[in-house]
Parts: sequence; structure tokens; C-alpha cells
Amino acid sequence: MSHIVIDENRCKACYLCIDECPKKLIKIGEKTNNLGAHLAEFNDPNHECLGCAMCATRCPDLAITAVYKD
Amino acid sequence: MATQVFKIADSFRKDVKYSFCPGCDHGVAIRLVAEVLDELGLREKTILAASIGCSVTAYDFLNVDSIEAPHGRALAEATGVKRARPDKFVFTYQGDGDFASIGLAESMHAALRGENLSAICINNTTYGMTGGQLGPTTLLGQVTTTSPTGRNIEYYGYPIKIAEHIALCDGTAFSARVSLDTIANIRKAKQAIKKAFEVQIKGLGFGFVEILSTCPTNWKMTPQQAHERVRNEMMPIFKPGIYKDVTAES
Amino acid sequence: MVECLTNKKVLTKGNYAIAQAAINAGVECYFGYPITPQSEIGEFMSGKMQELKRAYVSAESELAAINMAIGACSTGAKAMTSSSSCAVALMQEGLSYATSDQLPIVLISVMRGGPGLGNIYPSQGDYFQATKGGGNGDYKLIVLAPSTVQECVDLTYKAFYLAHKYRNPTVLLADGLLGQMMEPVTFGEYPYPEIDNSDWALTGAKGRDGRVIRSYAPLAENQCVFLNKLFEKYKKIEENETEWEEIGTDDADIILVSFGSTSRNVKTAVKQCREQGLKVGFFRPITLYPFPNKRLYELSQKTKKFLCVEVNMGQMINDVKLAINGNAKVELLNRPVGAPPNVDEIVEKTMRF
Repeated sequence: MSHIVIDENRCKACYLCIDECPKKLIKIGEKTNNLGAHLAEFNDPNHECLGCAMCATRCPDLAITAVYKD
Repeated sequence: MATQVFKIADSFRKDVKYSFCPGCDHGVAIRLVAEVLDELGLREKTILAASIGCSVTAYDFLNVDSIEAPHGRALAEATGVKRARPDKFVFTYQGDGDFASIGLAESMHAALRGENLSAICINNTTYGMTGGQLGPTTLLGQVTTTSPTGRNIEYYGYPIKIAEHIALCDGTAFSARVSLDTIANIRKAKQAIKKAFEVQIKGLGFGFVEILSTCPTNWKMTPQQAHERVRNEMMPIFKPGIYKDVTAES
Repeated sequence: MVECLTNKKVLTKGNYAIAQAAINAGVECYFGYPITPQSEIGEFMSGKMQELKRAYVSAESELAAINMAIGACSTGAKAMTSSSSCAVALMQEGLSYATSDQLPIVLISVMRGGPGLGNIYPSQGDYFQATKGGGNGDYKLIVLAPSTVQECVDLTYKAFYLAHKYRNPTVLLADGLLGQMMEPVTFGEYPYPEIDNSDWALTGAKGRDGRVIRSYAPLAENQCVFLNKLFEKYKKIEENETEWEEIGTDDADIILVSFGSTSRNVKTAVKQCREQGLKVGFFRPITLYPFPNKRLYELSQKTKKFLCVEVNMGQMINDVKLAINGNAKVELLNRPVGAPPNVDEIVEKTMRF
């Protein structure tokens, strides 16, 4: 199953990944970082993730630490 | 069974977080450098000459031997390192102010001597670490803390087109300008970094990549708006492209 | 260089002597930019280093030269640069970084007249520049002052040794007179042991994490820890490496203090005074940092008059006064720039004093 791993300690809530996901699987989540900004959250209930790694390529903070592709 | 298609490069220090502002493209550029070091198997023979500005922190993230250079002197130090140890892979990671303002002489002469070095220069049209002052690449009309009504020619003159100037030096083997505004361009940027590293390994001379980058904090923009600015305002003036590649000529 | 076959002595200029000594000391990299009165060092090196397949770069500026030396030293290599007064001024930033980075740079500083462009006559006007520094922050350079061409050789050897032993930039502070004067010298072999640098030199991070040679310490606390450690090192240097020459100081009523080429006339003057029955002593700091404070203080317990002879407006005299701490009277005989005061002048001033 293709999926990504987001490290919440690295995410600075710039949301650049959200725009890149072709399946719109990343959203602004409920959890916040220590500055109170809501973290990016990966949510893929229908297993749509392509494992294209565009989100990780974009992320300027290496917060998407791994991408797996089927 | 899923295969891992993206991971943090081995050349990146374990358990270290970037200290850059949210959305800053320095993080992408350093990641690309780490990935290229991995792919070319260079980590254990690399010596980095870091610079001054936000770029100084590169040594906090890249797991390679590093020396910190005074402002503008990275390529002088890199020259010293490479001449002392020609078997090592030596590169600099600098900002535009470091490379093309205070360090222009050192940068240009390293290229003119054809030093077997690679240099990465982040162009974000401002002095980021000190709070967004006018730099050598600040665009005409751009408002900064030291050009409050925008850069005008009367007081400030013109911005420098770095990649073009470096391409004019006879000792340069590769000079390119790339952008990080889209995924496709990020991939091209990585190829350019790889090329700039490879010309050093082959002993062909000076390899250079100017990377158009964002500074959302000092531009007072969201990361998304910042990439729009790179596309709409920077790229028409600082045109991406390969300005010199001796491997293509031969 | 003119070699004498019978006694193995070589007749050579100070500048060439320094350059050849650096070669013998095993210098692997030379970086420099021309400036009178030391250009012969770079000229000699340009040929010799290429012949020996060692590194030589005609740097684009002194800023670049000192930083190339920093880069080379960071790999553990023996590296040097040479320059003079107004151009050594351009190297102050690099020297400050090199002390903080703890790198063993050897700088040959051949003083000329200043301030500004000044002139190319000999001078000792850069005593402050070398010992107090023009770079930022708390730091010290080890400073060695030769007085003969032979000492140019011996102290160049020592400069490489001390720089590497203590991982601190070391300056050989000569002047235009020594640089241009010819004297017979013997080179011999580099007399010091090689220093192991495997625990800090940048070699590529083979089988280990990357090392960082840096001065940037964003947190004040880190900087305090570092500076305290740095000054522990300086204390060690002061205890172990302070060097001076003294003649006839035991019973002296008056001691003449001078360094470098100026001390040659002073030494002759002291001899003449002694011949005339005057109890005059001679004191010459060889290391300007560490300065022989303790010894001067000891001497000031008995001797109550000190005459400093310098070719500047009076720079070393400040350190002499600090060392003596009010115990004795200290006066200055100086020449602002050019040839040092002649022997008669020194004898006359001594007698009057």
C-alpha cells in the first residue's frame, strides 16, 4: 500500500505539500506544533496514494521522511 | 510489498531538524545536495566550505567534514582545501550576498583559475539572516529594509546575473541557474547539482549552480506566494538554464 | 643564495632564508599576494613549490590568501602565507577566525612603514597589529621576532612547530631590514617533531560523522565555555614558550629593551657602554606573545631604569611598562620609521638616562 510518513516534529506548517498532492490526500490537521500552527496530516482512507513522492520533493523541512510505493 | 521511494539521505545528519523559517527553499536545496552526495558516493571524501548568512547552517545538516568561512571567503577556503587535498571532493554552499557581493572576487577568481571545485549559490534576492536588506540580486523595484521605496537605479544600480558571469570565466566547466518553484524544476535542479559535482570529479574545472530560492519571511509572503514570485518576477530576469557545460561541447 | 662549500653556510637575504626554511619545515601550501618588502618570499615559493609538486596559489588578494591558508590548515596540512603591514591589515579577519577555528596558520609579516600605504622602509610599527591584533574578539597570536637572518631560519622552523603544537596562528614578525639584508646562515634540518592532527583535521568523514571546524556559537553559554578553554591554552603557551635573550642584566643599573632588527644596534651599544665601565644590560624579547612579563618584573626588582629602543612611536614600551608595573623608570628612544637609531645615539641616550 503506497503511503507517506510525516514527522510531526519536523513539520512547520507551511502547507506546500498540500498543493502538490495530485490526490489531495494531505490536509491541515487538528494537531498543532509548539507555535500553535496546525500540522499537515496525511489521510488516505481509500488507498489512493500513488507513492509519487511529489509531497516529499516539495517539503522544505524533510518532514515527509519516507514515501512507500506499491 | 511497498518499496521505499523516498528517504532521508545518508549524507544528512541523523535526528537533526532544519532551523530555517517555514517554507524556506534552503531546506530543499540542502536536501538535494545530500541526495546527490549519496548518489555519487561522495560523503566520506567530502569537505564543505560553509559561508555566512542562513547558508552557514549547512554544516549542521550535512553529515560531512566542514569548515566555516568568513563572509565571502568560502571559495578561497575551498581553494586551500582542494589544493592541499586534491583527492577530496570540495564544495561550497553560499548565499547570493556571500557569493556575489562580498565574495565576488573570491568566487570569480576560483572560476577563473579553473579550480576543481563545486559551488552552490542560493539566490533569494535579499540578505535573509540579517532581516531582508538589499543585496546584489535584489530586483529593480523590489522593496527591502534598505530600499524602502524599491530598488532604483539612481541609488542602487543593477542586480547581478551570477550564472551568466560565471559562465564567462574560462576555468568554468559548468554553470547553470535553476529554480525550485515546481516539482519538475526541483528535479532539474538536482540534475544540475549532480553535473556541477561531476565536473569536479572528472577534473574539468569549476562547477556552479545558482538556485532561485524563496525567503517567505523577509518577502512577507506565504510560501505559496513566494513560489509565485519566483516564477513571475525572478525567472523572467534570472532565466533558468545551462549557461556553460564543457561536457556538452565536447 | 650563495653557498659556501667549505663551511656549509649560505649567504642569503632574509626573505629567501624564511622561504627556504619553510620549505625545509615541510610546508605543503603557500598562498600569497605581492607586497614590498617581502615579495621575494612569494617569488621563491612560486618556483620551488611547483618544482616540489606542492601547492602554490597567487591569490587574488590578501583576504583570499589568508583564507586559502585557513582552508589548507583545516585539512591538517602545513600551510603559510606572507605579507606586509597594510596588507597584513587585510588578514585580520582571517586571523581572528583562525584562532577561533584553532588552525595552525603560519604568517610571515615583514613590516614596512605605516600607517596607510606609508612606505617600504623598515619599521616596527606593527608590533600592536601582531601582538594585540586587529581582528575581532578575544584572541592571541603567537609572535616570534627574529633579529638576524639566521634567526629568520630558526624561528620559521619554530613558527611551524608552535603553530601545530598549539593549533594557533603564529606570526614571524620580521621587518624590511631583515627581509632585504644578506647574511650567512646554516639551514640544517627541521629540528622539531611532527604533530599528530588525526583527531581534528578534516579528511572526509570516512566511517564517522562529519567534523565541523567553526567559530559560530549562537548561544552565549557555548561561547563562554569555548573562550575559557582557549585562554587555558594561552596560559599554557605563556608558561612554556616565552623566550628572550638577556646579557649583563645581573648587575645592571639600566637595561636596554628592544626586539627584532633594532636590537642589533642596541646590543653593540650595550657592549660599548660596558667597555666604558657603565653597568648596562641588554634584554630582547624573542616571543612578543607570549611576552616575557615575569622576567622583566623580576629584573625591575633590582634595576630601576629601562630604556626601550624601537622603530615606531613607542609600542612595545607599553608591554614593558605593564610588566614592570611601576617598579622602575621606563623611557623610549625611537625612530618613527626607517633605519634603527645608530649605536652612538643609543650610547649617548643611555648615558644621559
